[in-house]
Amino acid sequence: MSIISRGFGGRRRESPPDLPPGQYLAHDFPVLSAGPTPRIPLDRWHFTIVTETGEKHTWDWKQFTALPAEEITVDIHCVTKWSKLGTTWKGVAIDTLFEEVESAADYVMAHSYGGYTTNVPLEDLLDGRAWIAYEYDGEPLHPEHGGPARLLIPHLYFWKSAKWVDGFRMMHEDEPGFWEDAGYHMYGDPWREQRYHGD
Amino acid sequence: MARAAVSRRLTWRAATVVAARWETPSARTLVLDVPEWPGHLAGQHLDIRLTAEDGYQAQRSYSIASAWPGDGPVEISVQRLEDGEVSPYLTDVVEPGDRIEVRGPVGGWFVWRDTATAPVLLLAGGSGVVPLMAMIRARSLAGGRQPFRLIYSVRTPEDALYAEELRRRGREDAGLDVRFVWTRKAPDDWPHPPRRIDLATVDTYGWPPGFEPDCFVCGPTTFVETAADMLVALGHDPKRIRTERFGGA
Repeated sequence: MSIISRGFGGRRRESPPDLPPGQYLAHDFPVLSAGPTPRIPLDRWHFTIVTETGEKHTWDWKQFTALPAEEITVDIHCVTKWSKLGTTWKGVAIDTLFEEVESAADYVMAHSYGGYTTNVPLEDLLDGRAWIAYEYDGEPLHPEHGGPARLLIPHLYFWKSAKWVDGFRMMHEDEPGFWEDAGYHMYGDPWREQRYHGD
Repeated sequence: MARAAVSRRLTWRAATVVAARWETPSARTLVLDVPEWPGHLAGQHLDIRLTAEDGYQAQRSYSIASAWPGDGPVEISVQRLEDGEVSPYLTDVVEPGDRIEVRGPVGGWFVWRDTATAPVLLLAGGSGVVPLMAMIRARSLAGGRQPFRLIYSVRTPEDALYAEELRRRGREDAGLDVRFVWTRKAPDDWPHPPRRIDLATVDTYGWPPGFEPDCFVCGPTTFVETAADMLVALGHDPKRIRTERFGGA
């Protein structure tokens, strides 16, 4: 049972009805990350999937951007409470990457330049639900927002959309990534408000 | 990277505001009595949930300003954002005796433990000083001797949170140095005109990278990006630089 906050009216008339619980609408694009922004030259950029058997699949920037890309317009929800609606991206569907990969593992550890990690079930990355994005709003993705390329999983809290992503490690068992190990939820569904462990 | 597993479920608790004080004309500290507060580390934050009479709710995160001595109240400092939904309520409406819902502590990365021995470099921009103040207070509470340096970038002397306490601790807490950077208006006796934080300032008033300090940078995004880039440019290991940003309403 919530307690009423005396004199609190809120601004709900300005809030659209399609926000997950506890979120508010942001008009800018706040930046969140745990450390300095890494700068990765495109000629040194690689994305690698390592399967549970140790098999490696690697794309360099030229190979990666030659893959079929999609324009994506999605709402994004950050665990720090802001949501941003109708953001537009360009990127490669994860389905496209897995056309070349044989794996029986159910979980993925996404990892990034700079050392960040986050865990995601493989099924949440497939069927057109996740991308590696390299353009935002028609421009190359800025390093602050995860460029050259970041994971984009709009149906989960945005910490799962790893910035500066450089690969996936396939896992049979789910393991916590960086924020998950620091008290955040293993799955992170904003519509079920899975912010922290135990939510 | 450091591990700090938190497996306990975070439940909403009805906190009572037991005191409030203005830190600046637009930033107010709320002293909260939180039943069964599990304790926190310096640098962690908590979530606040407000509920209107018709059931509408709003949540925000605020850094904890106080160290945790084992019991007693928990303090947050809130900067009023003029177009904000929650912060003006916390700065201008809430009064001692009111109750608000709280859960936490949250965050296991941007934290300083009093058992750490490395030198510490704190870079604060504006109200980003709040979690760094908690670290300075936690060091003092533990009687710590870790070499600490704070560089605090803020617009004017009127906008500086905890200015008096920081000056006092800079004199009294052995091994703590405090350096202000005034970006718009400096005190009359300041040796140079106001200016933004620059490489020379971080180089002069920070620690050399060879000391391998743990660096904590907190403030608005532009400040954090700039300051963290400077630390990297000066040769600090990016893995020792922890950042936290303030944004939103």
